[in-house]
Amino acid sequence: MTELLLFNVTNGLIIGAFYVLMALGLSLILNLSGVINFAHGGFLALGGYIAFTMQPFIGFWGALLLAPVLVAVLGLLLERTMIRRLYGRDPLYSLLLTFGLAFILQDFTRYVWGANGLPFTVPAFLAAPISDQLFFVTWYRLFMVAVVAIAVGGLFLFLRYTRTGVRIRAGTLDLETVSVLGVNVGGLRAYNFALGIFLAGLAGVLASGQLSLVPNMGDSLLMPSFVAIIVGGVGSLPGTLLGGLLIGLASGLVTLFWPSAADAVIYVIMAIVLLLRPRGLLGEEGMLG
Amino acid sequence: MAPAARMRLLKLAVIWVVLLTAPYWSAPIGGYPALCSRVVILGMAAMAFNLLLGFTGIMSFGHAAFFGLGAYGAGLALKFATSSTILAIIAGVLLGTIAGALLGALVVRRRGVYFAMVTIAFGQIFYFIAFRWNTLTGGDDGLRGFARQPVGIGRWLLDIQHNDILFYDFVLVVLAVVAGLMGLLLQSPFGRTLLAIRENERRARFLGIAVDLHIWLAFVASCLFVACAGALYACLNNFADPTLFNYNMSGTIVIMAVLGGFRAFWGPMLGAAVFVVMQDYLSSMMQNWMWAVGLIFMAVVLFFPRGILGVLRRRASA
Repeated sequence: MTELLLFNVTNGLIIGAFYVLMALGLSLILNLSGVINFAHGGFLALGGYIAFTMQPFIGFWGALLLAPVLVAVLGLLLERTMIRRLYGRDPLYSLLLTFGLAFILQDFTRYVWGANGLPFTVPAFLAAPISDQLFFVTWYRLFMVAVVAIAVGGLFLFLRYTRTGVRIRAGTLDLETVSVLGVNVGGLRAYNFALGIFLAGLAGVLASGQLSLVPNMGDSLLMPSFVAIIVGGVGSLPGTLLGGLLIGLASGLVTLFWPSAADAVIYVIMAIVLLLRPRGLLGEEGMLG
Repeated sequence: MAPAARMRLLKLAVIWVVLLTAPYWSAPIGGYPALCSRVVILGMAAMAFNLLLGFTGIMSFGHAAFFGLGAYGAGLALKFATSSTILAIIAGVLLGTIAGALLGALVVRRRGVYFAMVTIAFGQIFYFIAFRWNTLTGGDDGLRGFARQPVGIGRWLLDIQHNDILFYDFVLVVLAVVAGLMGLLLQSPFGRTLLAIRENERRARFLGIAVDLHIWLAFVASCLFVACAGALYACLNNFADPTLFNYNMSGTIVIMAVLGGFRAFWGPMLGAAVFVVMQDYLSSMMQNWMWAVGLIFMAVVLFFPRGILGVLRRRASA
């Protein structure tokens, strides 16, 4: 029983770590640009597939670093050419645009790499279990959690101590004032968008070592990421972090006791949070209504 | 009669003549009664959704939930409880409306993107319920084993079960009721208040209007009519599956409204006609057609943000 419990807790934390990476990227874009990026899951899958293709040439570590960068460049291009046009308009339009983009990205990956799952091999020492007792925890799982922790830590340090990071945070609170102070807001938003997509790509590479690579692999992560943002509080990145871990853990634990409800429990949590604390756990009143 | 009123009556007459004769004039160009029914049903859903987007200024992205609940409600009623198509539709409507009232109360204070995001997320809960509750809903395989039944009116029995054109006419009768009710609602002081909220929520609040209550009522009304469309959809296909609840379905409802023109009452119906016919054509042409649907989404946003009727109106006034 203890082992089973431990197994589900680690599972929950790992899935929570994915939610966190996805949701932080979504949150960054949502906070600064007011865009709900429906195509985030598509970028995630693309990151995994690009890593898969590059791995024979530059190895696992090279792919882990380079694939998210390439996906971020693609995100930057799309932001500059299309999403940028929609910033001043009703958020309805950016939602519909990224919705369509999600379809296109998914069919594109299906067209290039096929609909069947592809194996993504991780280095042998990562694929091994930690010990005989903890046979269900491979080093890769620990490694994933570590990478996510580094990425999240890096993001928070970046937002706190670099000039661009401070500007992104300031822009989240009051974009107009930031613009009046002479900051190139368009560039800031583009940069921020690419950063969010980078996180999605990174999540994609990590996920493809754990799950199998399929074109719609991002779909099952997208909705929980929305829930993580809402539970944590829209506008708050620490809230998103907390929300992601919380719902990951909750679905892990519920899997143990009532497997068929594992998918639904996160929505129940969301309903409770909205009922008791409409702004979300760490959200501030007034952010985005 | 004032010229404007006469014009409106004329437009309405044209719309209904086109709708009533659709199975006949569309046949030579590849249409068939079931496709016509699908257009009208999805158009009804988009029009009902548009009560919120077009006439209250609220962006709900989770209407698939209520569409699906209407479908499952009607399907389950036909399967287990009743042999009356009309009672089954009422059951579906009730299920969708109750869920809409409950969820609406949770989301009603949110606005803008936040409202959209919360409604998207909540929509998924029903997807998982339909997916997992195998014994009741048939899970991933969908709900089968029910069929719409002939409807009796007085001494006549309309065999909508086997005659697709009769079923289409039945759908049109329901559409007439739904559109009539929605029209009355929008003409009423309540509907005018919704327009005031859309135009300037803060000012409406200053006037002493209970904004949240009005938005909640509009949400519930919208869910009611969407659920009605969903119930008809289950009757059309004699089948309902979890994808009805998926957020892709919600996106489809939104894009139909925007494509047709969400500032016009009948715009979503036009959008549904264009979208459904294009989708039907694309899916018969190729195996992977989602990218083309994605292109439609993007083209609408980038080039026709006001929809077909919006473009026509601007032409007319220019």
